[in-house]
Amino acid sequence: MRVALFLTCVNDTLYPDTGRAVVRLLTRLGVEVDFPAAQTCCGQAHYNTGYRHEAEPLARHFAEVFGEYEAIVTPSGSCGAMVRELYPRMGERARAEGRGSTLAATVAPVVPKTYELTEFLVDVLGVTDVGACYPHTVTYHPTCHGLRALGLGDRPLKLLRAVKGLELVELPGAEECCGFGGTFAVKNADVSAAMGTDKVRNAESTGAEVLCAADNSCLMHIGGTMSRLRVGMRPVHIAEILASTEEGAAV
Amino acid sequence: MSGTYLGMPAFPQAARDAVRDRRLRGNLRHATHTIRAKRAKAVTEVSDWAELREAGRRIKDHTLRHLDRYLVQVEEAVTAAGGTVHWAADADEANRIVTALVKETGESEVVKVKSMATQEIGLNEALEAEGIRAYETDLAELIVQLGKDRPSHILVPAIHRNRGEIRDIFRAEMSEWGRPAPEGLTDTPAELAEAARLHLREKFLRAKVGVSGANFVVAETGTLVVVESEGNGRMCLTLPETLISVVGIEKIVPTWRDLEVFLQTLPRSSTAERMNPYTSMWTGTTDEDGPRTFHLVLLDNGRTDTLADEVGRQALRCIRCSACLNVCPVYERAGGHAYGSVYPGPIGAILSPQLRGTGSDIDASLPYASSLCGACYEVCPVAIDIPEVLVHLRERVVQGGPATRRGNKVLLKPARGHAAERAAMRAAQWAFAHPGLLRTGQRLASRTRRFHPRTLPGPGRAWTGSRDLPAVPAEPFRDWWQRTRGGEDGAE
Repeated sequence: MRVALFLTCVNDTLYPDTGRAVVRLLTRLGVEVDFPAAQTCCGQAHYNTGYRHEAEPLARHFAEVFGEYEAIVTPSGSCGAMVRELYPRMGERARAEGRGSTLAATVAPVVPKTYELTEFLVDVLGVTDVGACYPHTVTYHPTCHGLRALGLGDRPLKLLRAVKGLELVELPGAEECCGFGGTFAVKNADVSAAMGTDKVRNAESTGAEVLCAADNSCLMHIGGTMSRLRVGMRPVHIAEILASTEEGAAV
Repeated sequence: MSGTYLGMPAFPQAARDAVRDRRLRGNLRHATHTIRAKRAKAVTEVSDWAELREAGRRIKDHTLRHLDRYLVQVEEAVTAAGGTVHWAADADEANRIVTALVKETGESEVVKVKSMATQEIGLNEALEAEGIRAYETDLAELIVQLGKDRPSHILVPAIHRNRGEIRDIFRAEMSEWGRPAPEGLTDTPAELAEAARLHLREKFLRAKVGVSGANFVVAETGTLVVVESEGNGRMCLTLPETLISVVGIEKIVPTWRDLEVFLQTLPRSSTAERMNPYTSMWTGTTDEDGPRTFHLVLLDNGRTDTLADEVGRQALRCIRCSACLNVCPVYERAGGHAYGSVYPGPIGAILSPQLRGTGSDIDASLPYASSLCGACYEVCPVAIDIPEVLVHLRERVVQGGPATRRGNKVLLKPARGHAAERAAMRAAQWAFAHPGLLRTGQRLASRTRRFHPRTLPGPGRAWTGSRDLPAVPAEPFRDWWQRTRGGEDGAE
């Protein structure tokens, strides 16, 4: 099976380790991974900040770059939700504005074949034990768009429970937002920071070494708060845990 | 449109003080977490909750689509049952109508059932200006009124107060308004409730005019419905000679059959009860029983304008349960006052900028008062996709565009203060349209990474004030991919 890695602009620029982990993990599971170099950004930041029209060319670009692949896999719940939930809505809005069905028709092919990583593993590949080994205590934060927009449910937990050596501890208030929220983090910095601090304190109370999530944007906010508060925990993307084996860490 | 909210600062400024108020944070955290857990339990008990939610959404959408027809049906039914119907286009008109009706009775005081519509129009202040005193009789509204405070929650307007604060307010203020607080009042809930009961009792027995809102109006019979917990509503709705009800036009349900759905979803969503203790229903007037005169004031005040917007109109489905407030992480930290409206929390963030427009600083900032986490949509018993409307209103703020104001189509200008952001978004869009340009930027960031500061000056402080910046890697992923041909070379 040949899939396209939609890494996202944030991961490409700031978290290449996550990208390498996805490649290593999927390759190990017999998937042929391609990284279409023309990919840039899905347009989520534009859309969610109120610049829907500015997001449209990015959606069209996405559809052009990824249209030919069997499946598109992304290690980001929120960027996955952008494509799956909001691209169709953008098409509908364009139609409602009297601009015809072109946008809706352009994005339609990529919508159903875009998968968040843990969804792809569990639903498409049908695996929960990916042969990983990660001898650490881990707590899992379900990020909002993965949890509520994509409905990832317990897929990430199933995958983590099957990891050799990993001790999974429950995060209190797990389903509460960490306070990132894209431009919310800077537009309402005080509230965002208060939410982030509460999330970090909850994580700290578990005694885990690692806080794991399936979205690096949220982890950037949580991790930045952790290091500012000098909390001795690491934020780690779930792909990096699942890619780790007894031979060594993912990257 | 209450005058007390004019000139509110934008949400981020108002929220800053609340975030730093440790007592407020403690009160809100305790209260919202308690009711959040109770609601979740009450909803889980119902096996067909998803179907009830969908039915509620459909009934409301259907009614809103045919609101012109149902409004006329309500007017006919209420009139036939002996009531009088008045139409108020805005807050001022509604206040003028109610003030004139009270004056006609010759009375100078009214008792009030807790009502969001009368809060919205600032009725108490309007009556006060005409020498008429309005007594709030809901316990929490009484606390707010005695404390010269503003409500901070739809269902529990004094949620920001703890028991000790309430005792202090009762002791200091009750004597100004009527029967003073009992000697040696403590902060135990039973004593506080008894003090309020004694204080309010004389108001109920003396009042000749009652003022209420309504949770629902059943169009087929012209019946108004108020659901409540304390029995104060029942007192106000039955004891006075004249009853005046101010009701938003979106409160209509077509039939009694439809009401069945909401009488299940509203109590469980709001107070986490299977059924609320008091459900009062009245149809016009009845001889020898209850008020002899009944007036219904149907209030628009921006609702028709909201209805004209195909994305934003779903906000009119709201049944004011406040489940969205109780789960909202932003509300929990910012408190209700920061929203600058009688409608705080997620629903307020989409309702106020539609009812009032996005012209003021506070209203233009409300659509951003959310991390778009979606918890509000998940609990909403009428499935209002609040994140969708928030984003839609953000678009209206930054871009302007078509909207309806006072029944007229207008073209809104973009709000002030977004020029730099707009330029940045357009620059980013341009860069993202050119992968080569993105790569150049990424490489520049990677090669200069040793010189990156830990904290940022100016607007960047919004990030680095509370969070460290992520370290920029030695090379972006795309360079690694190209260099190693997707890792095939074994190079890492």
